[in-house]
Parts: sequence; C-alpha cells; structure tokens
Amino acid sequence: MSSEKIDVRYVAKLARLALTDDEVERFGAQLGDLLEHVNTLGKLDVSLVAATAQVVESRNVEREDEIRDCLDRETVLAQAPQRQGGFFRVPRIIAES
Amino acid sequence: MSKEIIERSAAGIARDVNAGALRAADVTEAILAHVASVEPSVGSYLTVLGDQARAAAARVDERVRAGERLPLAGVPLAVKDNMCLTGTRTTAGSKILERWVAPYTATAVARLLDAGCVPVGKANMDEFAMGSSCENSALGVTKNPYDLERVPGGSSGGSAAAVAAFEAAIGMGSDTGGSIREPAAFCNLVGFKPTYGRVSRYGLIAFASSLDQIGPLTRTVEDAALAYDAMAGFDPHDSTSVDRDAEPTAGALRADLRGVKVGIVKEFSTAALGAEVNALYEKAYADLQALGAELVDVELPTAEHGLATYYLIAPAECSSNLARFDGVRYGLRVDGADVHDMYEKTRAAGFGPEVKRRILIGTYALSSGYYDAYYVRAQKARTLIARDFERAFASCDLIACPAASSPAFAFNAKSDPYSMYLMDFYTIPMSLAGLPALSVPCGWTTPPGASRPLPMGLQLTAPLFKERELLAAAHAYEQATRHAETHKPALPEARS
Amino acid sequence: MSMSERPSKWEAVIGIECHVELKTKSKMFCGCPNEFGGEPNTKVCPVCLALPGALPVANREAIRHMIAAGLAFGAEIPAFSKFDRKNYFYPDMPKDYQISQYDMPLTQGGVVRYWLEDGTLKACRLTRIHLEEDTGKSTHAGSGDGRIAGSTYSLVDFNRAGVPLMECVSEPDIRSADEAVGYLEALRRTLQQLGVSDVKMEEGSLRCDANVSIRPAGSEAFGTKTEIKNMNSFRSVHRAIESEIARQIALVESGQRVIQETRGWDEVKGTTHSMRSKEQAHDYRYFPDPDLVPMEVLRSEVDALRAALPELPVARFERYTAGFGLDAKQATQLVDNAELAGFFDAVVTASNNPKQATNFVLGDLSRLANETGTGVAQSKVQPAHVAELIALVDAKTINSKIAKELVARMWAGEGSPKSIVEREGLAQTSDPGAVENFIADVLAANEKSVADYKAGKTNVMGFLVGQVMKASKGKADPQLVNQLMKEKLEA
Repeated sequence: MSSEKIDVRYVAKLARLALTDDEVERFGAQLGDLLEHVNTLGKLDVSLVAATAQVVESRNVEREDEIRDCLDRETVLAQAPQRQGGFFRVPRIIAES
Repeated sequence: MSKEIIERSAAGIARDVNAGALRAADVTEAILAHVASVEPSVGSYLTVLGDQARAAAARVDERVRAGERLPLAGVPLAVKDNMCLTGTRTTAGSKILERWVAPYTATAVARLLDAGCVPVGKANMDEFAMGSSCENSALGVTKNPYDLERVPGGSSGGSAAAVAAFEAAIGMGSDTGGSIREPAAFCNLVGFKPTYGRVSRYGLIAFASSLDQIGPLTRTVEDAALAYDAMAGFDPHDSTSVDRDAEPTAGALRADLRGVKVGIVKEFSTAALGAEVNALYEKAYADLQALGAELVDVELPTAEHGLATYYLIAPAECSSNLARFDGVRYGLRVDGADVHDMYEKTRAAGFGPEVKRRILIGTYALSSGYYDAYYVRAQKARTLIARDFERAFASCDLIACPAASSPAFAFNAKSDPYSMYLMDFYTIPMSLAGLPALSVPCGWTTPPGASRPLPMGLQLTAPLFKERELLAAAHAYEQATRHAETHKPALPEARS
Repeated sequence: MSMSERPSKWEAVIGIECHVELKTKSKMFCGCPNEFGGEPNTKVCPVCLALPGALPVANREAIRHMIAAGLAFGAEIPAFSKFDRKNYFYPDMPKDYQISQYDMPLTQGGVVRYWLEDGTLKACRLTRIHLEEDTGKSTHAGSGDGRIAGSTYSLVDFNRAGVPLMECVSEPDIRSADEAVGYLEALRRTLQQLGVSDVKMEEGSLRCDANVSIRPAGSEAFGTKTEIKNMNSFRSVHRAIESEIARQIALVESGQRVIQETRGWDEVKGTTHSMRSKEQAHDYRYFPDPDLVPMEVLRSEVDALRAALPELPVARFERYTAGFGLDAKQATQLVDNAELAGFFDAVVTASNNPKQATNFVLGDLSRLANETGTGVAQSKVQPAHVAELIALVDAKTINSKIAKELVARMWAGEGSPKSIVEREGLAQTSDPGAVENFIADVLAANEKSVADYKAGKTNVMGFLVGQVMKASKGKADPQLVNQLMKEKLEA
C-alpha cells in the first residue's frame, strides 16, 4: 500500500458531495494524513485470516412472509421536501453524460 | 424536595413510584423545572419534551395505580437524538435532519418507555455520532457539567451531560468506537456498551452498522443494570439482534471480586499518560486487587492497529448508510438543475466537515481498486483483534484499562481530526470485537489549566455475552471506591 | 430479407438478463404488501422508504422460491450465501443502495431447456440466479412523451420498492430471436408452474434485457455486444433482437464497427436507438450488507425442495411429443393448460391409447370447448367416459360417425357412452350377412349408379356407401360396407 493521493473530486462525485476548491484541498490533506496512519495495516500478516463477516455469529435470520401495517400516506408525504399529489417530486433525472 | 428528587438514582425513583410514595408526575415536574434552569448553561438537549413527558408520566401513574409494577417507573430519560421517538424531532445532530419528525419509535426506546421511563428530551450529539467531544453537533453546544469550559465527550455528549447535570436519571447513548464510554468517563458517569446484538438497533440512525450499539449512561452501576435489563433482548425488526436469552443483571450485582481474574493489558500501559493519571490507574488496579481480584498480565498485540482498522470499517459502512440522505423523501433539500445536482448541493449543505471526511474516506476504501487493500484488509485485522481478546480471556475474566487517555479537554483543543480520533484509542478494540464494555468513575485529576478536578473512567471489558459478570464486578468496584461522590458538578445555583 | 433467408455468413450471439418479481405476500425486507397496482405510496413503511434508523429482515418465502427456481433449472445451491450492497444514487432507490447479491448468490449455473415452435429442443446455460430488491417507479413529466430525455421533473412512487426480485442471467448461448422467445417462454412457464412468480411482462413482474452481438459464422471469438432495453412483450423482444441483428450486420458489412452501448427499443418506430454509451461503468462499491446475516442452506432443505418439484414444462413437453407422439403445437397446448393436460393424462391412463386420446381430447372436445366457451376440464365430460368411448371405437363396437354423436351427447351431460349405446342399440352392424343384405337392397335400387361405376365412374361408390349407411340408420360398419360393396361392384 503506497502513499497515494486520493482523487478527492472523483470520490466526492461518487458520494454526491459538492465540494469547494478549498474543501478539496483541505480534505485531501486531512484524508492523506489519515491514510498515512491507516497504511500501518500493511504491516500486519493477514494471509491466513478470514475477513470478519459479522462479529457475533448468526445465520438465517428471516421472517415469515406476512403482511404488516404500512405507514399512512399523509404521514409519509407530509415531510416530503416536494410532493405532487400522491407522489414524491424530484428535479429531472438526466442520464449521466 | 425538588433538589433531592432530581439527584436520585433510577432505582430509588422506581422503588418509590411503584410503592406509591412518589408520583411520576411530580418527578417529571421537578426535572422539567431543573432542566429549564440549567439548560442555558449546559445545553444537553436539542429538544425538551415538556408535554410529551407530562403525558408519559400521567400514563405511568395510571398503570401503577392499576397495580402494575414497572421496573423503571417514573424514571426521567434522556434520549440521544439519533434514536427515533414518534412525534419528536430526531436530528442526529445534523442540519440535514434539523426539522425531521420521526413517525416511529426505536425498539430500545419503546422498551424503556414501556418499563416506565418518562422521556424528558432529545439529547445533543456529535453529528451522526461521528466525534468524541460533541463539538461536531451542527445544532447546539453542550458543556461538561463538571467544568463548563470543557467538552462533555462524544458522541453521546448530550446524554452524558443531561445525566451528570441531573436533567435525567438514565441517558440513552450509542457507542460505535467509544461514544458511550468516553463521555461517561468525562462526566463522572457509568457508561455501558453491551455485546453487539444485545440491544436492537431498529430506530437507531445508523452510523456503522457492524459496530453501533445502544447502551445506558447513569450515575450508578445498578441503574445501568436496570436500564440494560429493560432494553436488551431479541428484536425481530433487527436481523443483527441476538436471539439469546438476556439474563437479568440487576439482581446479580456483587460486593467483592474474589475469584475474579482481571487482565492488565501490556499495550495499554498508562506510564506515558503523565504521573498523575498513571498513579490514578495504578491505584484503580490496586483497588481491584484489594477487593479480591487477581491481576494477570495479558497482551493484545493487534490493538495498536485498532484505530486504523476502525477508521476504515466505520467510514466505509457510514458512507453507504448516509447515502439515503439525499433530499428526495425527507430532510433538507437544496434544489439543483437536475436530481444529481440536487443530491450534491443538499448533502454539501446538510453535512458538517467531519461527516464529509468520513463519507469520503469510506467511499474511497470501498471503491474499485482499493476495496481489497483497505476494506477487506481492515476486516481481516478485525478478526485478529477479536482473536487477541479471545486469547487474553483464556487467562482472565475481565480486562481493565483506561476509558480515555485524558480527562475532558477544552473546547477547540483538538482541531486536527486525527488528534480527536486518538481519543478512541482504548475503546475501539472492544467495539471491533463486539465485546461488552463499560466505564466506571475511578478518580479525579486536575490537569494544568483546569480550574477544578476532572473525573476519569476505568474501562472494564468482558467476553461476549458476559454482561452479568461485567456489571457485577463494576458494582463491586464502585461501591468500594465511591469516586463519583467526591465532587459535584459545577452547575450554576438553581433559581428557587 | 427476412431472418430465415439471411445468409449464414453471420452468427448472432445473444444473452438474456431477466428480472422476475417473486410472488410473495409481503416485500423482501419488510411486511408491506407485494401487490401490483394501487394508489402511489400507500404500500410503504420505514424500511422500504429508507427512513433513518430502519433495518431489513429477509423474507423466508422469497428465499425458498429462489432455491426452488434454481433446482428447477438444475442449478447448484451453495451451502452459504449472503446479501451485498450495490451502491449508487437514483431517486427510485430509497437507500441509494440496493440490497443484492454479488459474489455468493443463492444459485450458481443451471440450464434452461426450451423448445421452438417446430418442436426442436434447445438449451441455454445460466450464469447465475440471484436475489435482490426492486426499486420504486418513476414517471417523467414535462417532455410530452413520458420519456426521461427532455423531462423537467419526475414523480416517484415507492410501492414497488423492496419487492423481491430474481435476477436471472443467461450465458450467451442463444442464436436467434426465435430462440430468445423460446427461452423466455420456458422461463415463464416454469416459474409460473412453480408458483414462484406471475411472470407477466404487462404487469412488470418480468422485465428483460438482451445482450446482442454478431460474429462470422464458425468463429469462437465474441463480437462487441450492445444491451437492448425497453422491450415490453415477447413480441417486442423478438422484433427488437431481429432489428438489432440486422443493424449490426449492416454496420459491419459497410465497414463500420459496432459500438458497445445501451440501446432502447422503440416499439412504434420498430428500431433501437442509442441510450447512452456504456462509458465509465458504475463503481458499485459492493460490500457485504452488515445489516443482514449470511444464509446457510442445509442439504436437507435442498433435498426436500427438490423432491417437491412437480413435473416441469419441458419434461411434460417431452413426454407428450417423444412419449405420446403429439406434435409440438398439441404438446404446447397441453403444457400451457394444466387442467386440460390433467384431463388428457387421465384419459391416456384409463384408455392406454394416446393417439385416440389426442383425437378426442384435442380434436372433438377442444372444438366443442372453443364453441361453447367452457373448458374441456370444466365440462360435463369425464375422462373415464372418454376412455370408454375409445374402447368402444377400438373394439369396432361403434363406428366413427356414432362416436362423434356420442361426443356431443357426453358434452351435453348424458354420461357414460357405453350405457347410451346399450340403451339405444347404437352398436354398429358388423355382421357381414346383414351388411350384404343392405348392400344388395341399395344396389338393386340404384341400377344406374351401378352401371356408372362399371363404366369407370368409381367415385359413385361414395354415394352408394352413403345409401347403405342411411338404410342402416348409420349403424353399419363403414369399413365393412366399403369392403363388401367394392367386392360386389367388381364382381
């Protein structure tokens, strides 16, 4: 694990976070700093170890196929940032170019 | 009368309300009056639940009159604001949820209310539980009741301050890397994080799913045991909740530690923490011994990698958990030219810098080309840490170490993010291994610059599912040393 | 030039990716109803709406459906499986990640065996079948045609969000539009029979995309493929694939290259159009979902589900064609009508005569069914009685004309043909002596026809036979009449 520079703008795009130029620089430095510390993990011998799937071993936690109460629609839509009739309204979805 | 009520333990209040000697309504009024008087100084609560509290108290009184005996009858409760409670503003300390009102109640909260608790308010916290001082809250400032110039710790800072300032007898907190234990240590409280899976996460706004656990902050171990007993247990709404009978802990508290082996961790030596702090912990270990415990040296060789491991896994999970805050269905929306633009602007305006940092690092750790080197490797390191504990517990029953490396620090003292992350050094490994752990007051120290003595916490950790043994031992230590009683919080005089 | 005339210079290579909504009462990770239709946003809860703090819990029935489907296609059911998060932002995805399966799906491999209209049996291998949750639905407004391009805003309904979805990915073993439709039909028939899904494209419970490429016939290398979306019926799938194959061939033959891209099928124009180039593939950042625990599928459960599998469509098709000699059309008719097939099978078992069973059930009875609007299996006719009828015909007790009359009377509810025949003395006359008498009478009454016959107009015999049948009130054995009549005329 070499010390690489994070492409902050690319990661911010993936995470849908608009960043100012100042933030790109500041976060870039802070995250680079964190990665320096995190890179110590490279020293560990993990060759014979399995990744933790979950901390407490559980299997097959499932529920019966039964119907339960839904939320009342007015409750649901009352806090919608924008609604139209019974729908949530969002700005146009442009397929990415 | 008022002053005495507000300082009483949960156990005491419940006993008297159940016996008919006290009404939940009276407790509630006293607490609400006290809250009004100290909140301007302490700022524990983002929302005070006046009418809702009174209504809940009235119901408790009704039930008790009808013959029910409720384990936590009339006990005033602070609910961390990342836990949903129907009809209350639930913000997670963030602008993105500043006005969101929860339409459902978290299972753990519901269980405490059903046990008789009266919800007093929604407590302040570091935004989305990311932080160790409560300074990352976007909606308010909370001060340490033991020194108003200092932080209460985080991320459950508001719950800690509320209980320390007598604004509640039980605070509900959540702990991902230390967020219950550290603020408890800073505020002279007992802070308990159960085994992962013991308490339902349904209704807890997720930070890191494989680490988050709800637990109590209280003034006594007995109160923590009562609160835990009421909230723990399998929940069919949470696939990660453990279906395993939770044996009641409140009746199993003990007076000594005879026959108990306590492990002292080589890697957690307190020698480098300064003479006063070092002496404090050496005394704490000696006190355990005086109670009959046998001290054993243990090693946790991978613990030093705890921080690195945690700061890859937690952000990775949170980057995914926080994706839903997108301005579509609830919460803040900032309009944009198209929906993706809206997402970017909404999240930029709604999230604070620490949250953004963690989303970025988490997204990076999961991204193509880096997933194996970062996320998977961290999950493997996690396995090693868990194994270290297993090996250690082969030769001891409990592990003792500090809850934090220092007492509460001043506001803005840790402006560099990494220096703040270091506050979790002692608490993170237990979280990674899912172990039950708590902090119990173990003494006072006056660091340079401090105007008064500040509390510190002893962290005790037990093997998976051994809550009973853990609380029993903590109780013995607490009763023998009574450190919490040495100093009172530095609250302004109540206007009577 | 139609596909069947296409020069065999090119070979089409096609893979199909289907999304099938599973038939369960409730959604995949919450208890909201899994139903088509309804007022928008009335079937939602904190979980499927992704409110803060909500958590998923897996639907046991959906998992069982998946395993049954996998077994039906001969897939391997690994001992362990898990859910992963597929992270991307889209307004119809409440969590902005989809709970899906990445590297440990519930089933691996398998084969879909299917048949073409002419009865040829084919097979298409499956890459995998995995379980995931469906998204909500968005409608786009402001562009005038409901399309996303040019719209100014969208409306989102989350009723469908969280419905359990089976994603079924095939290997590119398909070579034509006909095969693609055959594959889809087999998939549909099997899943419907298992009760795993309604599989209705018009309701959205089956959605599919096709990956299409071409290569020189005989080549092993793969050409550049395009992904075709927006096909709303099996007919669209057929037209779209043919259109795309033709487009790619034309491109390549004119010296151009096929661009890897997603293309949408336009039902009205009858062509595909480019939707977006498959640029930077999404970085989905798959990781195991920490809110869910792994699934361990016990061998005993797999064995029990396998043992409970019914006789599946392709097996029945083979039984009807190879076993009973039905043609593809007849066999398909039976495969698609469980009740008719049940009736048919009962008749075959009782009569031991598949050929006659076919004649009566798929011939006469089906005709009556079409005319009256009542299904064969819902009619008053009982399989045992049809078997009786077949026995009577086989034993030559009655002739085919009487048999047809009896069919009509059975349909009307008159019951056992055997008892009708006995009661009314409808047994055909097979006694040569009696027949000869009839013949003698008819020949005597029709001297002119006899003379015509001897003069070479042999077709006159039909008329004469008819007269014998009339005289015998239809009961004479027509074969015998023909045989003896001929002898007499030739004498």
